[in-house]
Amino acid sequence: MTRQQVLDLYFLDARHKLIEIAAFLDRVERADGADDFRVAAFRTALDKFSASGKSRAKDVLLAFSDHSTEPVDKAPGKGAVGAASL
Amino acid sequence: MRYIEPHAHMVSRVTDDYERMALAGCEVVCEPAFWAGYDRSAAEGFFDYFSQLTEHEPKRAAKFGLKHFCWLCINSKEAEDVKLAEEVIALVPKFLGRPNVLGIGEIGLNKNSRNEMRVLEMQVDLAAVHNQLILVHTPHLEDKLKGTKLILDVLKNDRRIKPERVIIDHVEEHTVAMVLDAGMWAGMTLYPETKCTPARAIDILEMYGNERLWLNSACDWGVSDPLAVPKTALEMKRRGHLAVAVEKIIFENPKMFLSQSEHFAAALKR
Repeated sequence: MTRQQVLDLYFLDARHKLIEIAAFLDRVERADGADDFRVAAFRTALDKFSASGKSRAKDVLLAFSDHSTEPVDKAPGKGAVGAASL
Repeated sequence: MRYIEPHAHMVSRVTDDYERMALAGCEVVCEPAFWAGYDRSAAEGFFDYFSQLTEHEPKRAAKFGLKHFCWLCINSKEAEDVKLAEEVIALVPKFLGRPNVLGIGEIGLNKNSRNEMRVLEMQVDLAAVHNQLILVHTPHLEDKLKGTKLILDVLKNDRRIKPERVIIDHVEEHTVAMVLDAGMWAGMTLYPETKCTPARAIDILEMYGNERLWLNSACDWGVSDPLAVPKTALEMKRRGHLAVAVEKIIFENPKMFLSQSEHFAAALKR
């Protein structure tokens, strides 16, 4: 596809998702209470948007990832939460 | 538009889904053994589940003209109990000769624990001893990167395992390269919120080529879409991909990998 074709196909959808992200952050700010590790990870991931290059999706996923290398002693439950705790 | 659904948990889906898949062009559905949403209380529960996958579900699929195949294992969410896992793994060989069994899967990791690693290694050994294909589940969300690396280390360290006979599922942008570089197959799962979207999956195809990659829905008891694969095929066409390129991803690639199973190859001849 040309860049024009990419924009024609995906701009409105991406615009919608960006507004959702902005609204989510506003919602977090309006709510009482402290941030947790998920907010810190989210802000780190947001920084990847302003970088140049073609690997933003990969970099955002890496920003949310657990980078430790050793297996944990015991599984702390079954589910994942979306960001690695510090 | 014909396609193969390489990863769908049909025991948790209704017959309307089978009908819709058939209408959308599905010819074959493959079902890995998975976590039912709760922990089974004993190995006997897995025996019954394996019976369901090898006896009942193929009949359900056949009513809609679909060939049904399955994979067998104890999944990573139930792998923290190593004693139970050993009992379940001992049951698997009893079912490997059934005509719709493809191999061992979906094994893998969930929270990347030591017990999960032990059970993964036991099941890789099982696959090697019985010369079975392997289908791997990589962990969700923040655990995926670490888990994929640990899984690849286990597989690469076992010289009996041929990489072309392994499919690592649920890859995303940060794990696909390491899987393909290891010579294994990579599955992109089109599952809401927690895995790939159609657009991102096609981005990955455009960046990495169309060899050793497939698409799947992994539809299950959660909010998921059994038609995610044909919908992604439509998205490929919207982007200008030719029909032959689409068919390679949604039919020829799964067929190529799965034909390494003697059961699949035999069924195709019928």
